[in-house]
Formats: sequence, structure tokens, C-alpha cells
Amino acid sequence: MIVADRKSLQEILAMVKDDKKILIVGCKGCVTVCNVGGLKEVEILASSMKIARKKEGNPIDIDINVLERQCDNEYVAEISESVNDYDAVISLACGVGPQFLSEMYKDQTFYPGVNTTFFGGATQHGVWEERCAGCGTCAIHNFGGLCPIARCAKSLMNGPCGGSSNGVCEINKDTDCIWDAIVRKKMEAGELEDLMGVKGIKDWRTARHGGPRRSIREELVQGNI
Amino acid sequence: MSELKSGSNLEKVLTAGHFAFTGECGPPKGANVEHLIEKFQYLKGNVDAVNITDNQTAVVRMSSLAASKLMIDEGLEPNFQMVCRDRNRLAMMSDILGAHALGIRNMLCLSGDHQTFGNHPQAKNVHDIDSMQLIALVKKMRDEGKFMNDEDIDVPPKMFIGAACNPFADPYEYRVYRLANKITAGADFIQTQCIFNMDKFRDFMKKVVDMGLHEKCYILAGVTPMKNAGMANFMSKYVPGMDIPDSLINRLKSVDKRDQAEEGIKFALEQIEEFKEMEGVAGVHMMAIEWEHRVPEIAERAKVLPRPVV
Amino acid sequence: MRLSYPADIKVIQVPCTGRVDILHLLNAIEDGADGVYVAGCLEGECHYIEGNLKARRKVNYVKKTLTELGIEPERVEMYNLSSAQGARFAEIAIEMVEKIKALGPSPIKSSHAA
Repeated sequence: MIVADRKSLQEILAMVKDDKKILIVGCKGCVTVCNVGGLKEVEILASSMKIARKKEGNPIDIDINVLERQCDNEYVAEISESVNDYDAVISLACGVGPQFLSEMYKDQTFYPGVNTTFFGGATQHGVWEERCAGCGTCAIHNFGGLCPIARCAKSLMNGPCGGSSNGVCEINKDTDCIWDAIVRKKMEAGELEDLMGVKGIKDWRTARHGGPRRSIREELVQGNI
Repeated sequence: MSELKSGSNLEKVLTAGHFAFTGECGPPKGANVEHLIEKFQYLKGNVDAVNITDNQTAVVRMSSLAASKLMIDEGLEPNFQMVCRDRNRLAMMSDILGAHALGIRNMLCLSGDHQTFGNHPQAKNVHDIDSMQLIALVKKMRDEGKFMNDEDIDVPPKMFIGAACNPFADPYEYRVYRLANKITAGADFIQTQCIFNMDKFRDFMKKVVDMGLHEKCYILAGVTPMKNAGMANFMSKYVPGMDIPDSLINRLKSVDKRDQAEEGIKFALEQIEEFKEMEGVAGVHMMAIEWEHRVPEIAERAKVLPRPVV
Repeated sequence: MRLSYPADIKVIQVPCTGRVDILHLLNAIEDGADGVYVAGCLEGECHYIEGNLKARRKVNYVKKTLTELGIEPERVEMYNLSSAQGARFAEIAIEMVEKIKALGPSPIKSSHAA
């Protein structure tokens, strides 16, 4: 899923400091799963903001809504009747949400309430870790199913570098050296041969470096199948 | 001996079968050319080539390319270091061409310390290609006369290609295979990380010799003289990939503080003596960190002077 | 026992403090309560295994939120006592009321008063 962290209350409050009536809109997709932008988090943010504004003697009206997804226009369209009733809108979806909203409702201002961080999953309750860099050319099968692009601090295709120590990356003790894991897995499986030679140079055009990306599925463009 | 690859002094010394002795010099944190040239003087005539570090520990310094050129002007031979952290393939290839144009004939290809260690941790790193691929790239440019995209280079850059090897990083069992990969990629010589754990290095070199890697490439053993026990402690704790045995720290501590530098040099000299005899070791890479002025004395006492003229 | 405790307190019963939500606590503050505390069972003695431990985590979350907003985190507390400790209940009530009185009224004006 796409993982995000909520922005600080102070940052969010500063965004809407001149507004009297706002909408906070959550998303039932990834951000609900990673406990940052679902119904519960929307309600908590609304209440916290109301407390802050009451304390200042400048109360704010906050309505809430949680869309099925903010990355599909059919759901974004659900707030068309009310969206312009507000001075501003805060989206707790990933960075995609406030953009789809902004593109559909050009006269409204949408603020991101979260910092979108990475593609990952929960390794334990409350802890999410990065797994994918969305580079557009998946080759994890060549690395024991572990991605060095997303998980090596230097995205080495031929690791591990000289900073790998006791399975830990040189950048900090909380970061595993993924190359240590790749090498050990290959050695244990008797597949060391797979790591011999020079792994090819990556074509970054499929990653963000080739410019904004687009996926087209012709059969779907033509209509439902 | 077959035709030289770059014709650098270091290459000639090694191919002639001499025990090589290389030095290291970090460019200044500024444009202070005078100080840099002063440091060169301690190394001149005492080493075969001098590594010019490339924003080492991710701290911004004068460009390694510019400092290498300044070194050539002073009559020393640089070993131009290039890290993958700060340049994409375009910048790398253009700097390799530029380096050759300026008379640089040795290159050391490195991944580079992560920028979190440096003084601009906010920076975006590049890592377009990694050190293994950089070695292969320099080789392709030199031997095939082609850019990465297979276009022809009119005058190919001739470089004696160096790579680093840290036998003390993990997983240890894999390190010798990674070294083999660097040689496959095209490394002509290897400079190892600073060696302090001699037992482990002996074991490592045995593996290297068993695989015959020392016959495919020149291996220079990295030596850093310890200035005092504090430095040993610090490096042990904070420098990534360092393996400093307690026995060395205790040895330094066992002498009076004033004598610790001498004890550190003694240990380095003992290492060099052993490396001269060790199978597979073709020379020593002396990394006297901010201690360039002691290199003449160390070289003298290590009996590696005068340096061969080839 | 006929123990008395301050009349400043409005007791809201829940089957287990695990039922108490972050929003209940925030909404109480938002609506002008000067303080709010959760009185759960003794730790290790929850009939639902860890309802009271969850409640403590929620209380701590709200304390953090209040701190971020410049409001005294002491306005929200978690206490643990058993249903047999009537005297302790009165004692806690007195302690909490005294603490809140020392802090003074909440900086949040009640929306009902506005």
C-alpha cells in the first residue's frame, strides 16, 4: 500500500488559519489501512483542530467526509454538491487525492494533511516499512525476492558495499542491509552463482527519471470488458 | 609484459614487479591551493601515486578532478577517486574524458559514503550506476572506445582502473566473491580498506590466493597509522566498515600518551613488513589521514624508499 | 460506605475502559470539560484481557495531542482501581478535582456557552 504520516497539527492549522469553515476528507484506501487518513483519523483531526481554534477564541466549523477512494474521479465526484460550501478542504489521502480533487474542483483550495512517504507494508502493528520504489522495471526475482533499489540506501545493483556490518546498513542501526539478506539467502540456497559477474546497468526511464508516467490498458480504454 | 593500459607510473611500477606504495590526500574544504600543495610536498617522491579523495565521508571539498590536476602540475601522480553518489552516468563519462585530457591516468571507482554521514545530509544522492558498473564503464571506454550507449569515443580515455575492497565488511564469506566481481568488471588494481585485524586479513588473502585473484589484479593493502588510542576507539565505533581489534587499542593504551603515535607507526611498519612477504599483496596503500607530513618518515622507516623510477 | 466525592464530576459508565475512545476524550475537551479521566480496572485484571491497557494508550495519545496544542496534558488522566476500592474511587476523584482546580478552567470555551 501507499504509506503516509500525518502532518503536525501546527502545520495543518497554519494552512487554514484564515478559514472559518472547512471540510476534511479522508480516503478508504491505503491511508485507512495505514491508520492515517480513514474515518477515525479524520474525526480525530477535526476534533483536535476544533479544540485548537476554540482555544484561540476563533472557532472553526469542520465537516467531515470519507470517500471510497480519492484516486478515482467517480468517487471524487461525490462531493460535487457541497465542495464549494467551504473556505478550504483538507485531504488526508496520499498525494494523489488532493490532486484529483484540485483537478476536478478548480475553484476550491485543497491542502494535503499527510506526508506521503513510500510503498510498503506493516511489519508489525504500528510499524510500516518501504518495500518498493516503483522504478517501473521489477527484477526482484534476481535478488532472492528482495529489492535492492528500494531497500539499499545506495540502490546498489551489485552490493553489499563496504559499510555493511552485522546485517545492518551504514546509515543507521535501525536499517537492515538488504544486500546482506540477499547474499545470505543466495548462499544458503546454494545459488551464489547468481551473484557472480556484473549486474546490468539500470534503465531509469521507466522510473520517475523518464518523466511523469502513465499506464494505458487499451482494452479498458475502449470500454468495460 | 603486455602493452600498458594507461601508462601511469603506478601501472608501470606494478607491472615491473615492484612493491607499490601509494598515498592519499584529501582536498581542502575551500579553495586553499597553497595548503594542498604543501601537503603534496610530503608525498612527492615518497609514493608512486596519491589518491585524491572525492568528497570523502560525504563532506563537500574541492573537486577531486581539480585537485588531481593541481597535483599533476606539482609533479606527482594522482589516483583520481570518483564516487557514484554525486554524479550520474553523463557526468561520470564527461569527467572521465576530462580527467584523461588533464593527464590523469589512474582512477579509483567507489560507491561513496552515504550522504547522511556528511555535511549536507539533506542532499539527493544519485547512484545512477554503482561502483561495479562504474569499473565496467571505465573499462569499456578505455578498451572498446565506446560510451555506455555504444557510441564511439574519438580518443578513448586511458585509465589504470582501481577499485576498493573491504574484507572487514559483512557478510565476510561473500567479500572475496565481490572482489572477484570487481576484477571481472575490469579492476586492474585494488586498494583495501584500512587493515587492523591482521588475522582476518591473512585469512582473506588466503581465500584470494586460492581463487587466483591476485594473478588477475594487483592488490594493495590499506594501512592507516593510528595517532593515538582515542583515534582507534573513535574509528572502531563511528567509521563504517572498520574492524579494529581490542588488542591494538590496548597496545596503544599500554604506552604513555606521548608515545602512542610512535606505537601506532610501529604497528603500521610491522604490517608493511608482513605485507611485503604476504602472497598476493602487491603493495601498500598508505592512508595517513591528516598526517601527510609523517609519510616521508614512515616511508623511510618502512624501507620503501627510494621509489622505483620506471 | 457512604463516601463522598466532589460533585464536579460527571460519571459516564462503560462496560470496560477498552470502550473508551480517543474521540470521547477529545470531544469532552472540545465541549469544554476542564479535565477528563478514565478509571479502569487494575492492570492485569481486565475481564477483557487488556481493555484498560488500551485505554491508557489512548489517554497517552490524547495527552500528546493536547501538548501539541499548548494545553496542559494533565487535564487527561488514566487511573486504575478495582470495583471493590470505593475509598480509592473517592480519593482519586478528590485528587483529580484538586489538580484541575489548580490548573484553572480549560482554555476551551464550551460550545454550549458560545
